[in-house]
Amino acid sequence: MNLKDHLVESLSQAVEDVFSTMLGVSIVPGEVRSENEAPDAHDGVLSFIGLAGSWAGTGCLSCSPVLACRACSQMLMTETTSVNEEVLDAVAELTNMIIGSVKNDLERELGPLGLSIPTVVFGKNFRTKSAGHAEWIVRRFHWDSDAFEVRICLAPSEHPAGLQPHALGPANQMGI
Amino acid sequence: MESDVLVVDDSAAIRKILQRVLRQTGMAIRDIYEAGDGQEALQVLNSQKINLVLTDINMPKMDGIQLLAAIKGAPEWRSIPVVMVTTEGGEAKVGEAVRLGAAGYVRKPFTADQIKEKLLGVLPAAMSL
Repeated sequence: MNLKDHLVESLSQAVEDVFSTMLGVSIVPGEVRSENEAPDAHDGVLSFIGLAGSWAGTGCLSCSPVLACRACSQMLMTETTSVNEEVLDAVAELTNMIIGSVKNDLERELGPLGLSIPTVVFGKNFRTKSAGHAEWIVRRFHWDSDAFEVRICLAPSEHPAGLQPHALGPANQMGI
Repeated sequence: MESDVLVVDDSAAIRKILQRVLRQTGMAIRDIYEAGDGQEALQVLNSQKINLVLTDINMPKMDGIQLLAAIKGAPEWRSIPVVMVTTEGGEAKVGEAVRLGAAGYVRKPFTADQIKEKLLGVLPAAMSL
C-alpha cells in the first residue's frame, strides 16, 4: 500500500473511531480527492494542526457552523445553537484526536512525529495557504444530511525539527 | 474516604467530559479540580490535597510529561497516581510516561468504560493518600 492509500485509510478509520466513540454517531465516508492548489475561500469553521518530524505537514477539519454546533452538542451533551468558544474548543479537540490517531498510525512507518496545539478559525470568505507545496488529500464525510471535510498534507521534511508554517490569507471577515 | 481529583487538559471540552465520566463511575469522589496546562496544575497541587491526577500530554506552557516529572520528583506528591489521557500513542511517549511513573495510560478517543476501568485499578492507591 502506498502512502496516499495508507493516509486515506488511516484518516477514514480515525474519523469513524472519534465520532463513534466521543459523539456516539455513525459517519459515512464520502469521496476522496487530491488538491495541489490552495483551496477556495472558506465559510464556516476550520481547525488545523501541524505535524512535524522527518515528515511534516498539516491536518485540517472544515465544517459548517451548523455541523460544528451539532458536534459540540452531541459531544458535551449540551444544546448549542451558535458558534461560541465551547464549540470552537470541541472542534479543535475533535481535530486533535483525528489527526493524532493518524499520526500514531503513521509513526510505525515514518518514525516519531510531533503534533502541534490545534488552531481553530471561524469566519466568512477566508483563505488558507500552507507554506509547503505538498499535495493535499481531502476526504468528505457525511453525518446524516450534513457533511464535513478532513484534509491532510504530508511530505518529507527539509527541516525535521520545525513545524511547517500554515498561513491565513486575506479575509473579509474572520473570527478566531 | 472520598478522593479529590485534578483533571488537566488544554481542552475545556475534554475537561467537561472527564468530569462527567468521573461522576458517573460511582467512585467516591469529593471535588474535581481543573487545570488548562501543567503550570496551572502545579498551582492546584500547591493549594489542594489531590488524590489522583488525570492529565493530557500535549499542552501549552508545561506539557503532561513535564507535569508528571514534577509530581514524581516532589516528595510530597510522589505517591499521587497520575493517569495520562492523551492522543499521544507513540512508543517513545508511552515509554517515557511509564519510566517516569505514570499509573496508567488512556488513549483518546476514549469511552467512559475505558476511563472507569483504568481508574478502578489506581483508586485504592489514591484513596490511601
